[in-house]
Amino acid sequence: MSSTVPTELKYAKSHEWVRVSGDRAVIGITDHAQHELTDIVFVELPARGRVVRAGEACAVVESVKTASDTYSPVSGEIIGVNQAVSDNPALVNTAPYGDGWFYEVKLSNPAELAALMDASTYAAQIGG
Amino acid sequence: MLKRTPLFEAHQRLGGKLIEFGGWEMPVQYSSIVDEHLCVRRAAGIFDICHMGEVLVSGSAAETFLNQTLTNDVRKVVVGQGQYTLMCGESGGVIDDLYLYRLADQEYLLILNASRIEPDVSWLEGHLARFEDSSRVSLRNVSEAMGAIAIQGPRVVQFIGTLFPGASLAGTGVSSILELKKNQLGTWSIDGTTVWAARTGYTGEDGFEVVAPASIIGKLWDRALSVGHVGCLQPCGLGARDTLRTEVCYPLYGHELDEHTTPIEAGLGFFVSLDKGDFVGRSVLAEQKATGATKRCVAFRMAEKSAPPRPGYGVISAGQQVGVVVSGTQSPSMSVGVGMAYVPPALVEPGTRLEIEIRGRRFAAEVVKKPIYRKA
Repeated sequence: MSSTVPTELKYAKSHEWVRVSGDRAVIGITDHAQHELTDIVFVELPARGRVVRAGEACAVVESVKTASDTYSPVSGEIIGVNQAVSDNPALVNTAPYGDGWFYEVKLSNPAELAALMDASTYAAQIGG
Repeated sequence: MLKRTPLFEAHQRLGGKLIEFGGWEMPVQYSSIVDEHLCVRRAAGIFDICHMGEVLVSGSAAETFLNQTLTNDVRKVVVGQGQYTLMCGESGGVIDDLYLYRLADQEYLLILNASRIEPDVSWLEGHLARFEDSSRVSLRNVSEAMGAIAIQGPRVVQFIGTLFPGASLAGTGVSSILELKKNQLGTWSIDGTTVWAARTGYTGEDGFEVVAPASIIGKLWDRALSVGHVGCLQPCGLGARDTLRTEVCYPLYGHELDEHTTPIEAGLGFFVSLDKGDFVGRSVLAEQKATGATKRCVAFRMAEKSAPPRPGYGVISAGQQVGVVVSGTQSPSMSVGVGMAYVPPALVEPGTRLEIEIRGRRFAAEVVKKPIYRKA
């Protein structure tokens, strides 16, 4: 099954997406990731105010079968988390790039963004 | 190299996601675990269980041999009947849990867990070598030659008769497969090949398990999917098989059962017949039944919002770790975390409050009566 890979986002190898606006970035997991995990039943988000480094595990996604870490693609402070996805984890399955977003980071090192993939590179990685 | 069942290509064709299980490459899911789970609860699902082992035990002393090596009383099993039973070591630890079917007066079929075929067969062979009447017992491991599928769910009755038309040829004598009662087995001839069908399963739903030569398994699978559309039959993977059996508290070897756990501790004392005469492990099991086990397997459900409980998580009572989760998942039928755990005997009463430690945090849970899920 082919997955959606919006062109305006940046992507990490570990299947997170990043939507950058100014010095802030919203993070979620990709359509491909939610499709692989299926049936997401629990999302554990980082605490607001936590400072994360790029590549650090900072959220856990649980499907019926297994728990998977997700990693922050960028460094910075968590300035917002999506309570809706915590209350209704199925949003990750139904709207991975929309209502199923995870958290927002105030970027401390915007240069890191250059290391992320664009949509076509990510699409090639997942065989799309 | 992982082993593949005769249905491997069918799984690929159906879009199954394949994983390793007990040395086999098996489908964990096709659509999604929740979707397949609910399909079995509400309609019908078909599972590849070809990885399971089959052993035939026959001969005039087969009954005596099996009664000395398995925990349940084989003498109660009439031709065409099945029985859940266990194989224990001298110390009472479980070597495997299995289903025994009496195919004929002097012939039994044992269905073994995939990961336990080798230890079971060598254990049986070892005991047979020391058995006084060993010349009157024949033991054949036919796991490679045989395959099996399970067809489970409330709507299976709508099409199973199309798949197995007419009267049974052996086993329980019935004029239609629908007349088989729970635990009964009959023989049908499908395109000239002898096939066993039993009204058993591992899901808590009505259904059938079919054991047949590997060469005909693909044909049976395809035909079932074809006639099964009237019952909305879907292929289901090991993921749903695990959540279905967890909801109804059926043990899974390697989780609730292992060589360091007895059937009494696992809550399976009903399948241990202490009054049938001696059998391997009897003295330990009799003592444990009389004096009480030091750990017991309980069912629980989460009592507050949490991540799903998973095998290996600690069970906490009064601030101390007192046990460990052996099976756990988010129940697709009830949308709550459920599982089974070993705890001290003082904590087994339904309603007992426990905590489950999930990634360093403790969440409230409650002991519940087995099965966790009951049909409305």
